Amino acid sequence: MKVGVEYFIAVSAIVFGIGLFGVFTRRSPLILLLSVELMLNACNLALISFSRQWGTQTGQIFALVVMGIAASEVVIGLGLVVAVARRKGNLDVDRLATLRN
Amino acid sequence: MMYEVTFVAASGLAIVSALGVVLPSNPFHSALSLILNLVSLATLYLLLQADFLAAAQVIVYAGAVMIMFLFVIAYLGGRADEPRRDVPAWQLGASIIAAAAIVVEIVIAVASQAFGPAAKVSDQFGNPSVVGQAFFSTYLLAFEATSILLLVAAVGGVVLGSKRPSRRIDEPDEFPTPEVQQDLELQAAVMGAETGFPVSRRAAAAERGGGDR
Repeated sequence: MKVGVEYFIAVSAIVFGIGLFGVFTRRSPLILLLSVELMLNACNLALISFSRQWGTQTGQIFALVVMGIAASEVVIGLGLVVAVARRKGNLDVDRLATLRN
Repeated sequence: MMYEVTFVAASGLAIVSALGVVLPSNPFHSALSLILNLVSLATLYLLLQADFLAAAQVIVYAGAVMIMFLFVIAYLGGRADEPRRDVPAWQLGASIIAAAAIVVEIVIAVASQAFGPAAKVSDQFGNPSVVGQAFFSTYLLAFEATSILLLVAAVGGVVLGSKRPSRRIDEPDEFPTPEVQQDLELQAAVMGAETGFPVSRRAAAAERGGGDR
């Protein structure tokens, strides 16, 4: 078996799909954030495998930038979760509909 | 041979731990599974000769970011648990279909391409000095933009997490204490009597002949 870039992309797609499933079905904002992390990491894997395939560094730089974005997204997301938990007590993304109406 | 075995082990672990992130109802278990997932993805990065990224993944992600996650989950305690409510069947089915559709699409798109063998690269490919050189010369703007983004995120995290919450709109101000309230109502009654215009509720009631409550 020769492991080419296709296999890495397939793994990346599967992990991305699992993360997407998590975002669709879960109710806890913390697990939602974790699923988004999963999806971002699947994208990183795809970027890095294509970077290796074509022998250029650009994909790796992209992946580093994505890591920075993911870190800042986690900071803001967790800050929001803590602020909402302090104010509302329980956390349920379906109940957070204050802006509606 | 070693390469294939490592690939199968790391990717299998990545998929299993990704399921371990999505399925349990305890966020703590999800976060621990995500650490495992990040480490197995770092192994795949090593197979792709992205040495620096594998190290950054373990240090920044599995280290710093996940520690922050675990701290927040521990801080929230029981409030962090998944609300006990069944996911409707249509939602479950639709999300499985949507996720599977994306996976199948990507697999078909990739399988229809004839990727040749990977490009020949030197041993230097992906090591810190090469990545750093590219980052600080060709992609300097992206680097600066990322650093500003991280600064903004840090400030935003401090603002969001600060102890003093802003006042809720639907909570009445507690400013007029009972004594002040009485003074205010007296003033309003006097004004109402002087101008003949019912300013306060009490004056309005007196106007209607109901007398004082």
